[in-house]
Amino acid sequence: MNTLKIIRYSVWAAVALIAALAGAALLLPPKSGGDAGGGAVGGPFVLASHDGASVDSKTLLGRPYAVFFGFTNCPDVCPTTMFEVGEDMKALGAAAQNFRVFFISVDPERDTPELLKSYLSAFDARISGLIVKNEAELQSITKAFKAHYRKVPTSSGYTMDHTAAVYLFDRRGLFWGTLDHQETSETRRAKLKRLLAG
Amino acid sequence: MTDLTRIAAAALMAITVFGASGLRAHAQQPGGIVISQAWTRATPPGAKVAGGFLVIENRGSAPDRLTGGSFAGAGRLEVHEMAMNNGVMQMRELAQGIIIPPGGRVELKPGGLHVMFMDLKQPLAQGSPVKGILLFEKAGAVPVEYQIAPVGARSPGHLHH
Repeated sequence: MNTLKIIRYSVWAAVALIAALAGAALLLPPKSGGDAGGGAVGGPFVLASHDGASVDSKTLLGRPYAVFFGFTNCPDVCPTTMFEVGEDMKALGAAAQNFRVFFISVDPERDTPELLKSYLSAFDARISGLIVKNEAELQSITKAFKAHYRKVPTSSGYTMDHTAAVYLFDRRGLFWGTLDHQETSETRRAKLKRLLAG
Repeated sequence: MTDLTRIAAAALMAITVFGASGLRAHAQQPGGIVISQAWTRATPPGAKVAGGFLVIENRGSAPDRLTGGSFAGAGRLEVHEMAMNNGVMQMRELAQGIIIPPGGRVELKPGGLHVMFMDLKQPLAQGSPVKGILLFEKAGAVPVEYQIAPVGARSPGHLHH
């Protein structure tokens, strides 16, 4: 076999492989029904809520829920998102009656349970704070949710970088998709409606 | 903050204020810096910070720089910028302030440039405007009155967008 033939066969083999992979990608159904596809985002958790109760993700089976990572020293995206998700739940009426939203602080150093409780009292009652006890617990849960956070020093103290998306989970507890701060209320509500109907 | 940096900061502020008032007396015509549409949001109980948003126009003939200021009811005011980067909200202090070119207009708005009110003494309540001051390198101290929009408002006048 001459060199040219070897090259020709290799190229055809590569083309066949790519075609097979592309076909498989098109034919295989996505792993979950949501916008962001499947993948192990989230996972079981047991955390205390701001009012002292314990929240076990297993007991949430049967009802969709949402998780947001924020902090109270956040001037914009955190209060706006909590306010808007509250408005969305109100707009969806009875369908969202049992929907739950959990706010996990990425700044446990400053955000005590008492502070979270008073902060969240400004928003819809279906929003609860979940308390991480220490940095290790925060690292573990943000890793499970593939969420990013970072403490950034400022001249007078520090601020936090944090993933701003609202994570959505379906009634089986599987990651379903996200709500984005930059979406319109129509888009967010359409997503929530589909999540709650699923 | 160490004592030394605190003293240095105080000295720098004194120089800035003194220098600014000196310049103002000589070079800057009144009305060089014009501030409009200043607003902030009502804050949830316990929140220690709020973002201030406004439009700054420089009608003078030289560039000016927003360096800081104060807000009634807050311990401090800082000049910040936030940005969404790969789904991550990032906020940075702008140590150099914000330059407003002559004839230029800079908008401080949610998701971007803003002044940050820190160490709020009590929550901001919707509807009762709060006074503050912004310090400019050349224009000096410019008074500002912020309208208080509801918690979660995206703009001063509209709850929804």
